[in-house]
Amino acid sequence: MRKSRIKLALELIAIAIALFFLGNSVSDFRVYEGATVALYVIAICSIILLTGYSGQISLGHGALMAVGAYAAVLARYYWHTSGLLSLIIAVLAAALFGLFLGWAAARLRGPYLAGTTLALAVGLPSLANQFHFLGGEQGLNFDIGAPPKFLGSNFSTTKWYFWICSLAALIIFWLVYNLLHSRFGRQWQAMRSAPVSAAISGINIARSKVLAFTISSGVAGLAGALLVMTLNLVTPSAFPLSLSFAIVTGAVLAGITRLGGAVVGALIIVAIPDIADQIATKAGDVERVSANLPGFITSLLLILTILFAPNGANIGKFMSLRKKKTS
Amino acid sequence: MTLQVTNLSINHDAIEAVQDLTFSINEGELAAVIGANGAGKTTLLRALSGLKNPKSGSATWRDNSMIGKRPEDLVRMGILHVSDGKTVIPELTVKENLALGGLWRKDKTDVAKATTEVLELFPKLGQRLAQRADTLSGGERQMLAIGRCLVARPELLMLDEPSLGLAPIIIEQIFTALNDLRKRTGLTVLLVEQNAMSALEIADKGIIINLGKLVAQGAARDLINDPTLQAAYLGY
Amino acid sequence: MRLLSTFLIGVSSGSIYSLMALALVLVWRSTRVVNFAQAGQAIASTYLGYLVITHTNNYWLALPVAMVAGAVIGALADIALIRPLNRRIKSGPVLEIAPVIATLGLLGLIRSLVGMIWGGDLKQYRAPVSINGFTFGHTTIPFSRFNLLIVFTAIVVMVIFAFVFQRTGLGLALRAAAFQPEIARLAGVRVDLVRTIGWAIAGATGAIAGVLVTPSTSLSPNSLDLLLVLGFVSAVIGGLESLIGAVIGGLILGIGLALILEYVSTSLAFPAAFVVLILILIVKPAGLFGMKRGRDA
Repeated sequence: MRKSRIKLALELIAIAIALFFLGNSVSDFRVYEGATVALYVIAICSIILLTGYSGQISLGHGALMAVGAYAAVLARYYWHTSGLLSLIIAVLAAALFGLFLGWAAARLRGPYLAGTTLALAVGLPSLANQFHFLGGEQGLNFDIGAPPKFLGSNFSTTKWYFWICSLAALIIFWLVYNLLHSRFGRQWQAMRSAPVSAAISGINIARSKVLAFTISSGVAGLAGALLVMTLNLVTPSAFPLSLSFAIVTGAVLAGITRLGGAVVGALIIVAIPDIADQIATKAGDVERVSANLPGFITSLLLILTILFAPNGANIGKFMSLRKKKTS
Repeated sequence: MTLQVTNLSINHDAIEAVQDLTFSINEGELAAVIGANGAGKTTLLRALSGLKNPKSGSATWRDNSMIGKRPEDLVRMGILHVSDGKTVIPELTVKENLALGGLWRKDKTDVAKATTEVLELFPKLGQRLAQRADTLSGGERQMLAIGRCLVARPELLMLDEPSLGLAPIIIEQIFTALNDLRKRTGLTVLLVEQNAMSALEIADKGIIINLGKLVAQGAARDLINDPTLQAAYLGY
Repeated sequence: MRLLSTFLIGVSSGSIYSLMALALVLVWRSTRVVNFAQAGQAIASTYLGYLVITHTNNYWLALPVAMVAGAVIGALADIALIRPLNRRIKSGPVLEIAPVIATLGLLGLIRSLVGMIWGGDLKQYRAPVSINGFTFGHTTIPFSRFNLLIVFTAIVVMVIFAFVFQRTGLGLALRAAAFQPEIARLAGVRVDLVRTIGWAIAGATGAIAGVLVTPSTSLSPNSLDLLLVLGFVSAVIGGLESLIGAVIGGLILGIGLALILEYVSTSLAFPAAFVVLILILIVKPAGLFGMKRGRDA
């Protein structure tokens, strides 16, 4: 049951309003976490599109986030583009990169694609160390600009970031949802679940795959730009291999074909370090336990999810899409 | 009755492919299971060889249950199955394919003896021992698959449409070899065939299935001459 | 001389990548799973080897202990994780990605467990033989006795692999179970057991790689991650289908990286590895020795 565009838009606006009130009533730290959750939602959406729908595995989306991030920062640093334009440049740059990558990867199946994206995740960020104009290891500063005057002089930057991320997340969600329910989405699903029939019925598999990769990369690029916006800094160390793994984890926890689950996935990824910290302090605050507990819990959760609920936690709420059963 | 199938029901996807099937075969018999496409013959064989779990019912070989066991275990009971479709491992050589059949056996001397017997039965294989199995013709692959089973000294051999796509002269070679073997060793053969007439001509017993249900079973000769069956299943 | 010593260093590190690649290819061929947890298995085995070293100061004892640990952990991973996974997931959107997720999860699990038990500080592993470079007259090359040990061990492992695979019943069963598991079953091969043995062998191999590389890199819960990536890239270069390909891929990557590290720059090494990988895959999407299969096997 696909929601009409208008209905979905109204629901999202309702959520936006709810978030507005939420943002005003919790601590600054939570607001910052909220911003992080929102940008992870965007990143997870990109994986759901790529893997859940078009069936291509990427273990290197962290690198695509880095491309978007660096593009945004470079644009602002050297050309002084506005905040909005920087974000748009992030999307376009990452999408362009994804276009080339997707073209090269279109013929690769499962493990070969996984290996290539893995190598990308490890290789790409270290490029920044090589070239001075990319800022090297220290990176470059990124300031998206102060909140506009009409919001009042007391409006915190954290809240401003939260608004930007949430707005971006809502817009991306709306766009991706409609895309996944369009003929492109159906093509991708067909490609993934019945590739031979899909090819016979005239779908140009390679082009469809590349399209998915391009769009997914653009979305990931936006998430990357938002990430460095909240950090006020872009460095290679913001994009470790564990970032790529984390967003894939989030997508699986979300239910890799359920767009609505992206929020759940993002929440889990961001919340786990918090929860782990609390458990660790209660358990005695041994440094090596508390440092590793988040990873332990996340991994355990991941294994349990893939074994017992491989299609993600059944949220079943108003946001979930029922995937069409293709036999 | 050495092979006894009682009230066997098997599902395939959502369909009841085999319904409440009951039949039996004596030791040393060659029984032909015939029926149109989709009658459930392949499903039956896959259940009897442990590749599929039936919904209900029982099947026993020499009073030992065949249900709920894995194919590897049934092989050790002497039950071998040559499936339809891929019968040999294309990437392995003829020699390796044959050796595969005897891997589980402890008596390596007898394995060597059995292999020699197989090569006498199917000389073409002996000429191609070092070749990869994917270079073999269809008939040679059937021979290789059967040969691999024979290395395991089977008591019950189940063949799923072995003649599919093969030239009549090759089919004759294979069936003659099988018949020889049967007479010498008392091997029981369960043969699934779409080509009803040729199957019944070499069989002792016939079992006719339609849409998963038993239509008739009895001596092959009687089935061939039965007028009602002639029209419906035997094609004339 | 510089070229030669760089080449030799490349062979030494490439040998370690090959070992990791062999482990990955073995599991891929027998179970159709890329075992990312290989690094986790290896690091746990290496830490257990470390325990042996701290108590007995005997590297030669640590190696077999690590191998046994690797084999046991590998077998357990197959029995406890992969077998149930294969039973539960036979179709659906997560079919291809499920084993990837499962092994990634297992990797994180083992790594964090190791971190919780031993902590994250770097531990040292002393090499059993000299790590000083060989000296010829007045020149010393960076290739040491230890590097020679590495290459020698890798060669021994490869020979054993080749022998087991091509000339033993176990090897035949492994190959048959990998190519056509259903036919193998119908031939009487205990496919599940054979696959678990494959995982055990792979685990032992990964443990060897871990123990061999650690004297140079120090030991920490994350110290084998890079080896996993490089091993995987080596395996993919060689085409995941071929054990020989794994070895050659490892050597290509090892020598290539050594050359770039020496003659170009340190930070371009990994980007270069990526470029090499993707160029190879553009021309041969199934790797150098990969077989083009019509369908997903």
